[in-house]
Amino acid sequence: MSKRFQLAIGLALMLILIPVSASAMHIMEGFLPPVWCISWGALTIPFIVMGLFSINKTVRENPRLKILIAMAGAFAFVLSALKIPSVTGSCSHPTGVGLGAILFGPSAMSVLGLIVLLFQALLLAHGGLTTLGANTFSMAVVGPLAAYFIFRLVKKAGGPQWLAVFLGAALGDLLTYVTTSVQLALAFPAEIGGFGASLAKFTGIFAVTQIPLAISEGILTVLIFNAIAAYGKDELKALKLFSPGGANHAK
Amino acid sequence: MQSETLTQKNGSKMAANIAMIVIVVALAVLPLFIVKDGEFGGADGKAEEAITEINAEYQPWFSPLVEPKSGEVESLLFALQAAIGAGIIGYGLGWLRGRAKNQDVK
Repeated sequence: MSKRFQLAIGLALMLILIPVSASAMHIMEGFLPPVWCISWGALTIPFIVMGLFSINKTVRENPRLKILIAMAGAFAFVLSALKIPSVTGSCSHPTGVGLGAILFGPSAMSVLGLIVLLFQALLLAHGGLTTLGANTFSMAVVGPLAAYFIFRLVKKAGGPQWLAVFLGAALGDLLTYVTTSVQLALAFPAEIGGFGASLAKFTGIFAVTQIPLAISEGILTVLIFNAIAAYGKDELKALKLFSPGGANHAK
Repeated sequence: MQSETLTQKNGSKMAANIAMIVIVVALAVLPLFIVKDGEFGGADGKAEEAITEINAEYQPWFSPLVEPKSGEVESLLFALQAAIGAGIIGYGLGWLRGRAKNQDVK
């Protein structure tokens, strides 16, 4: 089959399946069998519950941090609205969850990420309600967990603050889409090659596309973190994240 | 003397910030030139194709409740999402900055 013919088949199928082409980098509505939808959703619940308590505690102990929580949520809101072209010739968007995870811990960001995904699923037909659990798990559980622990690890190893922020946000972004690939591969193992073959295929689509975007997300997170560090020293001190000179010049 | 070093420090910070913004823009723009025959559709569309290749019989079992009526409406909603987020971030940074300035005066 010629490339053009393959493409024609693909496009025809795409047009049949989605009358209004809703492009989404999360798992599409209806594209995950029910058993997986429920399983991923159930796995996500503990993180959401912990996140609600965590946000509640943060706000109660330090009401002035409310503005930073709003900003962390808003950052995820902005970044997940930006569909950016990538080297694979398709588009995807960053997640923006790294910032909030680094500032407030991973579970707080699970709640904020869920809000973003819910907005996109309800209004934009981006992602979906049935796949909300799976998408929340990848973007709002795995992403923030990865960002938080990588940030901590780099800081513990004596790395500069900006590098810790960059690596945390970038790898959190990348691992979100690796998770998406794993979820799809589990639900759709290939007839020949099984899970591994499917994983390679979905990773090629999602994760490779995501590499340059992950770098962008890392850089943008450093920029916003620096801005917050410059004017919000008190807040960062309250979060025990303050290092003199801001993230860029910290030792 | 102190203010001089402060300006220098701010200057180098500014340069670093501009460099970082340039890299972000380049990362978004360069693929458009590198991948000449790219469609630049969503990665999800590719995933749908892949799912159909693996399991030709799979039918989505649920459809979005509300779908934007057209690409234009969809881009409006995405722009709105980005605008709301950017507005909150701008408000927050402005608030923090104003407070920091007030503290300096005192």
